[in-house]
Amino acid sequence: MMDVLIPVIYIAIFPGFVFLGIYSTIIQWVDRKLTAIMHNRVGPPIYQPIADFIKLISKEVIIPDNADVLMFKSLPYVAIASIIASILMIPVYSNNAIIKFQGDIIVVLYLLTIPTVTFFLAGWSSTSPYSTIGSMRVMTQLFGYEIPLFLSVAGPCIIAGSWSVSDIAKFFTEHPSYIFLNIPALISALLASQGKLERVPFDAPHAKNEVVGGQFTEYSGRLLALFLLSIDIEMIVLAAFINAVFLGGVFKFSGFLGFIIFIIKTFFVCLVFVLFKVAMARVRVDQVVKFSWKYLVSLSIFQIFLNLYIKLN
Amino acid sequence: MSKMQIPLGPQHPALKEPENFMLVLDGEMIIDATVNLGYNHRGVEKAAENRNYIQDIYLIERICGICSHSHISCYINAVEEIAKVEVPQRAKAIRTIVAELERIHSHLLWLGVAAFELGYDTLFMYTWRDREQVLDCLELLTGNRVHYGINTIGGVRRDITKEQADEILKKIKYLHERTSYYVGVVTEEPTFLARTQNVGKLPKDVALELNAVGPTARASGIEIDVRKDEPYFIYDQLDFKVITYHSEDVFGRAVVRVLEVIESIKIIEQILKNLPEGPVSVKVGWKIGPGEAVFRYEAPRGEDIHYVKANGTEYPERVKVRAPTLANFQSLPYCLKNGYLADAVITIAAIDPCMSCTDRAVVYDIKKGKKEIFDWEELRKYSIEFYRKKGVKFS
Repeated sequence: MMDVLIPVIYIAIFPGFVFLGIYSTIIQWVDRKLTAIMHNRVGPPIYQPIADFIKLISKEVIIPDNADVLMFKSLPYVAIASIIASILMIPVYSNNAIIKFQGDIIVVLYLLTIPTVTFFLAGWSSTSPYSTIGSMRVMTQLFGYEIPLFLSVAGPCIIAGSWSVSDIAKFFTEHPSYIFLNIPALISALLASQGKLERVPFDAPHAKNEVVGGQFTEYSGRLLALFLLSIDIEMIVLAAFINAVFLGGVFKFSGFLGFIIFIIKTFFVCLVFVLFKVAMARVRVDQVVKFSWKYLVSLSIFQIFLNLYIKLN
Repeated sequence: MSKMQIPLGPQHPALKEPENFMLVLDGEMIIDATVNLGYNHRGVEKAAENRNYIQDIYLIERICGICSHSHISCYINAVEEIAKVEVPQRAKAIRTIVAELERIHSHLLWLGVAAFELGYDTLFMYTWRDREQVLDCLELLTGNRVHYGINTIGGVRRDITKEQADEILKKIKYLHERTSYYVGVVTEEPTFLARTQNVGKLPKDVALELNAVGPTARASGIEIDVRKDEPYFIYDQLDFKVITYHSEDVFGRAVVRVLEVIESIKIIEQILKNLPEGPVSVKVGWKIGPGEAVFRYEAPRGEDIHYVKANGTEYPERVKVRAPTLANFQSLPYCLKNGYLADAVITIAAIDPCMSCTDRAVVYDIKKGKKEIFDWEELRKYSIEFYRKKGVKFS
């Protein structure tokens, strides 16, 4: 009985759907509030993200006539499921993730790419001009930021000598000075995740004053709410991933104390995301690709060679 | 990817007012663009003919919510020219102060809108916060924040006290500081530069050919400014520069506008420090004319032209308004072509369009091939019938 129940709890409650859902609404509020403070505004009350979610959930779902109904309806669930699956391989309350094997870092990166593909399919299957342009931008941008993100992760893997997220976190706990070695890759990963989350400066796919709602133009009600929730959750998962791969996870702590450390550290990673968002204007899609390949990729490759050199000596 | 035609407007998040731009896209590139006017006809010119000169002041002020002082000053100057009224120097000085405050508020508003179009919300919020200071100044001076209602035929309706002058000087000083900061943001922020440089190119010869006016023309290196070319108010006694820039793109238009704010601040300081003494208005009779006059006025968006024809009664026979946006619209298709779709909104925003100032309507029957111009009563009757057919009931 317990053998069945425990995995269900992991997926549905902690660290799965319920925890991520609640934490993501809090982080979304923090994001909006901090942005507001930096903009010199008042900002929303703490229950605003939940109120928005409930409002969207209760609205009517409208499906375009030309859309593929099954695909149109199922895509948000695919996006959210793949993100929740990926948290199982990332350390949360101790430096041992729930599922752990050599190569799980590749599975995490793979699972985190699926939402972007669903965004593309969502736009493409809606068949309206704005969502078509939005989804083309999603795909173009994907080739921009995905490669620097993958390459930047390779650096810590080489120095830790492992392809498991938990092992890398443990390695950095034992050798904390190596955290500072990986700062170039960390910068590259932070900027690339900004692109993955489609936040300013890389929010061209759904830039509201260019392509209205981008790939989500035709989405409404429950389905849109799930898509937006999946982006919020992805932010937490990416913060947790960066925390584990670059910043040593929750260090030696485990249990409740480890969980607190996790919350604090992911919070600070999210804070960096907010700073990026506030400080910049939106760049064009071609500029995103150019910037990623010119600076982020070279930064990550530099990190790989640096780590190889240190590892071999 | 085949060619795709997408409509930008009349309802679109980037546009503040309804106007339609049909863009033909090849992927992300715009290969053709057309501007369709006429979604916001209000019948102001016709309405002006059915009101007397004093009533028209309040009507024409409401042509635009941003350059309201420009339109009314232009109209009033034309009327005063027909009536052969000599306006007191102090009234002219006060009109100039309001005009320059309006230019500051319009340009700061534009910078916020441009930042918003670029997804740079921080700059948007900052500029609009500082714009409150100008609106406060205008409220202090005229009693209103948007439609100032300070002009009247023969002068201004309110005098300016010493305390008001000091308060305005204090606020202007703060604005000078903030604007210097924005000059830094506009010229140095990398993402802002990446999005504005070499976007919406309008070379000098094309700008001349397409009759660009105001900051749009000045950013293409054309030194055109009615305040210098044909001085009105007290501009001939003031020391200020016409800001031009050579880059011929959206970046240049942003730089010109921000630097113009600083010039305006200098102008206001000059006037407030030695304000001419004397009365603020002279009496003018109800009946004006007969005669006709054209007046050119440098509005924040460019050259505004009003034509007034008087026939000796208290009603004008014809009032014609040429808003600066209409002149700048001609250059838009050229700027949009061969650009990216992502740059379309900032290119449109860069001319600082004010659609509702611009729109006019003439009914053209294609089948009969004849033009028809309505008078006020007919137009009203037509509009009521039009909506009644659509099922809108007037109680």
